[in-house]
Amino acid sequence: MATATEQWVLVEMVQALYEAPAYHLILEGILILWIIRLLFSKTYKLQERSDLTVKEKEELIEEWQPEPLVPLVPKDHPALNYNIVSGPPSHKIVVNGKECINFASFNFLGLLDNPRVKAAALASLKKYGVGTCGPRGFYGTFDVHLDLEDRLAKFMKTEEAIIYSYGFATIASAIPAYSKRGDIVFVDRAACFAIQKGLQASRSDIKLFKHNDMADLERLLKEQEIEDQKNPRKARVTRRFIVVEGLYMNTGTICPLPELVKLKYKYKARIFLEESLSFGVLGEHGRGVTEHYGINIDDIDLISANMENALASIGGFCCGRSFVIDHQRLSGQGYCFSASLPPLLAGAAIEALNIMEENPGIFAVLKEKCRQIHKALQGISGLKVVGEPLSPAFHLQLEESTGSREQDVRLLQEIVDQCMNRSIALTQARYLEKEEKCLPPPSIRVVVTVEQTEEELDRAASTIKEVAQAVLL
Amino acid sequence: MRPEPGGCCCRRTGRPNGCVANGEVRNGYVRSSAAAAAAAAAAAGQIHHVTQNGGLYKRPFNEAFEETPMLVAVLTYVGYGVLTLFGYLRDFLRYWRIEKCHHATEREEQKDFVSLYQDFENFYTRNLYMRIRDNWNRPICSVPGARVDIMERQSHDYNWSFKYTGNIIKGVINMGSYNYLGFARNTGSCQEAAAKVLEEYGAGVCSTRQEIGNLDKHEELEELVARFLGVEAAMAYGMGFATNSMNIPALVGKGCLILSDELNHASLVLGARLSGATIRIFKHNNMQSLEKLLKDAIVYGQPRTRRPWKKILILVEGIYSMEGSIVRLPEVIALKKKYKAYLYLDEAHSIGALGPTGRGVVEYFGLDPEDVDVMMGTFTKSFGASGGYIGGKKELIDYLRTHSHSAVYATSLSPPVVEQIITSMKCIMGQDGTSLGKECVQQLAENTRYFRRRLKEMGFIIYGNEDSPVVPLMLYMPAKIGAFGREMLKRNIGVVVVGFPATPIIESRARFCLSAAHTKEILDTALKEIDEVGDLLQLKYSRHRLVPLLDRPFDETTYEETED
Repeated sequence: MATATEQWVLVEMVQALYEAPAYHLILEGILILWIIRLLFSKTYKLQERSDLTVKEKEELIEEWQPEPLVPLVPKDHPALNYNIVSGPPSHKIVVNGKECINFASFNFLGLLDNPRVKAAALASLKKYGVGTCGPRGFYGTFDVHLDLEDRLAKFMKTEEAIIYSYGFATIASAIPAYSKRGDIVFVDRAACFAIQKGLQASRSDIKLFKHNDMADLERLLKEQEIEDQKNPRKARVTRRFIVVEGLYMNTGTICPLPELVKLKYKYKARIFLEESLSFGVLGEHGRGVTEHYGINIDDIDLISANMENALASIGGFCCGRSFVIDHQRLSGQGYCFSASLPPLLAGAAIEALNIMEENPGIFAVLKEKCRQIHKALQGISGLKVVGEPLSPAFHLQLEESTGSREQDVRLLQEIVDQCMNRSIALTQARYLEKEEKCLPPPSIRVVVTVEQTEEELDRAASTIKEVAQAVLL
Repeated sequence: MRPEPGGCCCRRTGRPNGCVANGEVRNGYVRSSAAAAAAAAAAAGQIHHVTQNGGLYKRPFNEAFEETPMLVAVLTYVGYGVLTLFGYLRDFLRYWRIEKCHHATEREEQKDFVSLYQDFENFYTRNLYMRIRDNWNRPICSVPGARVDIMERQSHDYNWSFKYTGNIIKGVINMGSYNYLGFARNTGSCQEAAAKVLEEYGAGVCSTRQEIGNLDKHEELEELVARFLGVEAAMAYGMGFATNSMNIPALVGKGCLILSDELNHASLVLGARLSGATIRIFKHNNMQSLEKLLKDAIVYGQPRTRRPWKKILILVEGIYSMEGSIVRLPEVIALKKKYKAYLYLDEAHSIGALGPTGRGVVEYFGLDPEDVDVMMGTFTKSFGASGGYIGGKKELIDYLRTHSHSAVYATSLSPPVVEQIITSMKCIMGQDGTSLGKECVQQLAENTRYFRRRLKEMGFIIYGNEDSPVVPLMLYMPAKIGAFGREMLKRNIGVVVVGFPATPIIESRARFCLSAAHTKEILDTALKEIDEVGDLLQLKYSRHRLVPLLDRPFDETTYEETED
């Protein structure tokens, strides 16, 4: 029965088709064709809808005038004319033809012109030549690289270390290796430029907290926790990181690591610690801020530092647990895509580590010197000392800004120049003013090294004092 | 131009199989007599294809990419399919602890943290890369010259960990290092000069260029680099990768447009991203694609706001390190002039390696360095040192001296490294009073032609330009990546093999880098062994159907990326 009914319906349909008026059929036909056209036609771009003729386009192209590739730099730009250093930039430094005592290079342990370091580098040079001619993956891994990684891991008492061929690229590559789009990074406002670039490359959400202000950090972490409770599914895949420096390059202050570790476990955020200034400086054996506070190094997920300051070589390293570090061997851009560290620089770094291990007393000496000059520089009218007494690099800022950054910079430069004339080499801390997230105020950076004698430290302090008084009053 | 997990060098979206397209003249540049000639050549079964391009080229430009044979492509996909299936199986076994887990794990205390990296991100690493991991990171313990000593290592747990046996595999022929001119040496004038500077200056600098790390040596180097390149001024940086990633942001920013070749190196990609400019990508070395992007950019302006672009910067490389192709510089320059764009040329692989006196791709085509706005290159390869440079007009360099991220925040070049560059560069320029440098450049060019010709004759599929010292040999199948690397090492030849994600998934390859230090005898030994391994692994895929690069069709899909 059912089939008979269906057949009847079909017949009826065909009959209706015959009986329908012609205009009806044509209309329906057109509609069907229209639908087909809409289905199959190419989607158009909005751009191409503009009715510009070829000639108009040509005119537009003719008309367009780009900005110059770079704006002209005024001849008197404060950063255009570099100081020229003749000879080695060690304890005694010849700047623009004038011999000075160096209070500007980050050669904290005086290893730059250490004969043992030089001999080790020379031995490497004689064995391997200068360059490596390849990235680590493609025959650019030398036995010295493996040795150095081993030694760094042992020195820091971590499972593994990985070396980069450029200090800046170390933390800047390490952060985006882990932190991806959608992840959240809590970072100190005073964080150095390399960290800022690493964060930018990671494209994560960045939350800035006030410099060394744990209450502010906790506030942000709490806010995030509340946010997470609203959307637990998202929270389950959102990694959280806290990025801090051991000693801050921009302020000379030390991070409150014990509190940070507490917050880490409370809010389940990983800590990345950048130790370029504190490695080889803080702690009884120079292991940095973890040793200074007596914190288990495994509580810090990743430590990165460059080998360009205390170790007086070039390059940088990250260390931590293998679970963390090994990931960079395929994901650290500056590691995978760059030629490896010249072996002579790795050789120099190994010997520098040897020296650090053999003379742990050196760190106490450095600390004592820092304290000495820190104390001696107090109470200069017009200048204030910014930074911890134990930091070998700290800042001298104007007590009162003149109101314009340009003018401040000029005043400080005047002090630097006059000190230079009196054989004390100093430098202003340089920043890219437009690029910095939170631009620090202009300052003179004073660097203490173990090579500076007590007498030289006193002389430097009194010179700065006298010059500052002459310039600022 | 997307971030790649475990990426190795460069990347592109799939390559369309080439075919000879219509012979119309487009924009007066391309494909006039060329297409007709190609069609005739294809019909006659000939291999060579010479592009004339309306007299823009002063020399023949022979560059070809043979089409992947269909059967090979299918088998390659099947190979990856099998690998993936086994990967899932083994992950399953690992999950249920039937198979032992070798990889490092999270600390007990932090098990409840959000996992540091997603497990599936590492699927490829765990199940594919790990099987053939012994082909990479082979540690060496000698100069990376024509022959190299490799430390023998063994793995007892299927490449999860390596043990060094203490043996050294001596005198392995080095076809992997970027030692184009043979300056990676531990004897001779360069080493002596570097040693002297090392003893005087020490290894490090401990400061930045703008603070107090600007040594007289750096000034000397920059003056020399400018002379070498034939530009007004130059600046040198401590790392080649960072030269790109830290200087492009100084040149362009928001409201600017970057047109980037799809196969550009990761450092250029990173620099472009960090700059905040809009990035658009053109097909590899495809001038029609580039011209269309240029034209559209100027006509339509910025998306949404419709403001005109502030400036347009074209990013290209001299030699593409995975493809062995040479940039079509005469056409790029013609386009750049026509559309008033700026040109950033990365000569990482081409400086020293191309041109009659080693001045790079500009000299190779007989062009004027003035026409390239930003000349960038590295010292790692041809000069046997490390670091990078940027050369150009005085205004450009003045601007970079004040605004380059590198100059302000990064430690300057190590003095002995600087000295190595100075000495090797002077040698190439003939300023050391010998013709040694010139001979090296010629030797490299000869080696390149010879090695490429012989490989092609053997029936391998070889990509790239006939003058490019980077020689990719196609392997295609994943199993052959590992097999080729191991078989070659067994025969005392060190080669570089690369697969996904450094290349498209089916286009795995081996890459040889020629050097002036390779003697005829070394090359012949290498060729003999490659021939043998080629037969053993059935790698001789070539059917002599070369598809000229230009004749590949391109579709108009471009993806765009904006950063803020």
